[in-house]
Amino acid sequence: MKSIIYSQKMKDSMVNVEATRKSRIGADPVRFNAKEKEELLATYHPDFREQAFSTLEVGANKGGKVPTELHDLLQGKSRMLGQKINLKDVKYSSDVLVIGGGGSGASCALEAFAAGCKVTMVTKLRIGDANTMMAEGGIQAADKENDSPATHYLDAFGGGHFTNKPELLKMLVADAPGALQWLNDLGVMFDKDENGVMATTAGGGTSRNRMHACADYSGAEIMRVLRDEVWNDGIEVVEFNSAIEILLDEKGNAAGAVLMNMETGELTIAKAKCVVLCTGGAGRIHYQDFPTTNHYGATADGLVMAYRAGAELRDADAIQYHPTGVAFPAQMLGALVTEKVRSLGAMLVNVDGEAFMNPLECRDITSASIIRECSDRKKGVETPLGKAVWLDSPMIDMIHGEGTLLKKLPGMLRMYQKMGIDMREDPILIYPTLHYQNGGVDVNADSMTTTVNNLYVAGEAAGGVHGRNRLMGNSLLDVIVFGRNAGKCAAAQAKKTEMPTKLNMDHVKKFDAEVKEAGVKYNAKSPMLLPDYTDIKYKGIL
Amino acid sequence: MKEMVNIYVMGKLYSVPVGLTIMNAMEFAGYKHIRGCGCRAGFCGACAVVYRIKGDNELRFALACQTAVEENMYIASIPFFPTQKAQYDIKDIKPTEQIMMQLYPEIYSCIGCNACTKACPQNLKVMQYVAQAQRADYAACAEESFDCVACGMCSNRCPAGISHPLVALLARRLNGKYIMPKSAHLEDRANAIAKGDFIDALEAIAGKSIDQITELYNHREIEKK
Repeated sequence: MKSIIYSQKMKDSMVNVEATRKSRIGADPVRFNAKEKEELLATYHPDFREQAFSTLEVGANKGGKVPTELHDLLQGKSRMLGQKINLKDVKYSSDVLVIGGGGSGASCALEAFAAGCKVTMVTKLRIGDANTMMAEGGIQAADKENDSPATHYLDAFGGGHFTNKPELLKMLVADAPGALQWLNDLGVMFDKDENGVMATTAGGGTSRNRMHACADYSGAEIMRVLRDEVWNDGIEVVEFNSAIEILLDEKGNAAGAVLMNMETGELTIAKAKCVVLCTGGAGRIHYQDFPTTNHYGATADGLVMAYRAGAELRDADAIQYHPTGVAFPAQMLGALVTEKVRSLGAMLVNVDGEAFMNPLECRDITSASIIRECSDRKKGVETPLGKAVWLDSPMIDMIHGEGTLLKKLPGMLRMYQKMGIDMREDPILIYPTLHYQNGGVDVNADSMTTTVNNLYVAGEAAGGVHGRNRLMGNSLLDVIVFGRNAGKCAAAQAKKTEMPTKLNMDHVKKFDAEVKEAGVKYNAKSPMLLPDYTDIKYKGIL
Repeated sequence: MKEMVNIYVMGKLYSVPVGLTIMNAMEFAGYKHIRGCGCRAGFCGACAVVYRIKGDNELRFALACQTAVEENMYIASIPFFPTQKAQYDIKDIKPTEQIMMQLYPEIYSCIGCNACTKACPQNLKVMQYVAQAQRADYAACAEESFDCVACGMCSNRCPAGISHPLVALLARRLNGKYIMPKSAHLEDRANAIAKGDFIDALEAIAGKSIDQITELYNHREIEKK
């Protein structure tokens, strides 16, 4: 034992983990059968806690259930109600307006620009401040001899509990190798051998080793290259400006957005022939008070704006809890421990040193199983903020040779070292953390919303691709494939579209009237834009 | 009562619980971040801070989200630092010696003071990777700089005005595109799909009933790790 910060109770349990470690090398714990999986989810997965969900009274999904926190934002009070603004005073005018500066936003902007469009990107924080930047594990693509898009499809469709939208999933898997080729040609440094063969590993729920990576900086490496390319193209990027409402034209088509300067509060108007929402996820809403892996701005803004403009959501009640979030020490609570740790062989082990499941089950199943271990089975390890289980990281170097963890997981190792833990020597404590919005705005194969013309959505903000549960490595892939798709389709649409002349925000007033008519009380102003960690309930720990 | 430490945010004293990161501690003190906060996990470089412990001359650099507070820490947040980005078309340039000279000539003004390396919160050997870039050893520069989060603290300290993170980014892109071996299997597969080779099999599986596909899924063969 090298790490000094573990408590005595933790150290006692660690002795059990060390005692069984050798016998677990090379073992392959039996997987759950279909019935066991179903029971685990129904009993332990947070999505099945009915009291945490509320029914929407207004909008395209009226009668549908979503997490209560999201319900309050979707039916929240618009920041534009009571505000006076001249919609003719246009500051930014473009063919394609991209809202959001993450992986999908950058991919979208690059493709729309390549198609000859004038593109404006607006983003709430900086370009690159997004969940893409934080994706550690990798990106899936069926590019090996024993693999195919059909096999990739089967894995993702089964992992999504057969609820994925087939026309989107087909695109995801068929365009995957081309997407990686595009990234490689832009200069992304994928892990590969001296013959150019990509290093690929398994992920939870994959039947082939098709996870490609750039050490454990996969998302960061991809994002910084895309960002550099946006800069090289000279695309207009407006940072620290958040869209707060979509603008429509007289036909009800998307035609721009109201922007708010995050620092000065100044409101401006952006007008465009097509609008693409690449606004990402919702982890910072902290559903059911879970901590999150997400970046600071992940507050479901795109869902709120699109919903008010009339778009329909799908699977918005399906939230992904990543099984392995940091549970100790407290100041890193909820931070991501990449699934790659399990891909490389680390097992999930309880307080008694028992490997209680196969470490490569799908994420929802794994999270449910960890929650069961820590609740009903009473086999969790005590931490200052609740129970947790061990992720036995020292197994990695034992399986693959000394130095593997340093080479494959340098970021992870550094993060723990800064907290006084050497994960090569000692296991780490983990518990599920809020990670991903499986659903989102419903879109067609052109990435356009099914109800509002010229409004496109790509990346985590869009629903359907992953159904009710996403596999590791399909999100980085999603932002590239569908960011590009939205960029190309919006560009084609923009060429057929006249620049809108009469912008309006009538839908905002109409939605407000419907909320009042339904007798719903406003519980929040929305979109949320940023969480408030100065609030005493967080006590400085998230 | 939790154990507390005294910190000074931009010179002003706050008492915060021990163990918090600088970022959490500032929020505990009441700062609602707009700048100076991004991924909160050590990847994005938004939250660089410079600090000094009272009575100590050494300037220290850190990511606020990755660093615990210490007693008598004097902290200044540096959420933005102006760097100079050269525009180029990655398709038109090559990993030649001239390319750095053309795009980032200031790297040849490095005086070897090593202030960049001392300022790196990721503990990268910044001066060394700049030297590798000078020698056009882009593969080495790419490896050495791979964990850069572009917080800009190196550039902040550089007397020669070098934009180190952008130099490193150029080296990595040259490496990824031109120097690392090509992945023939990836290109072949992408081309085959574009020709339509794998599409029938994909359509066939997507066209199956939920019962049929569930059966296939539950009995699929899983490759050994």
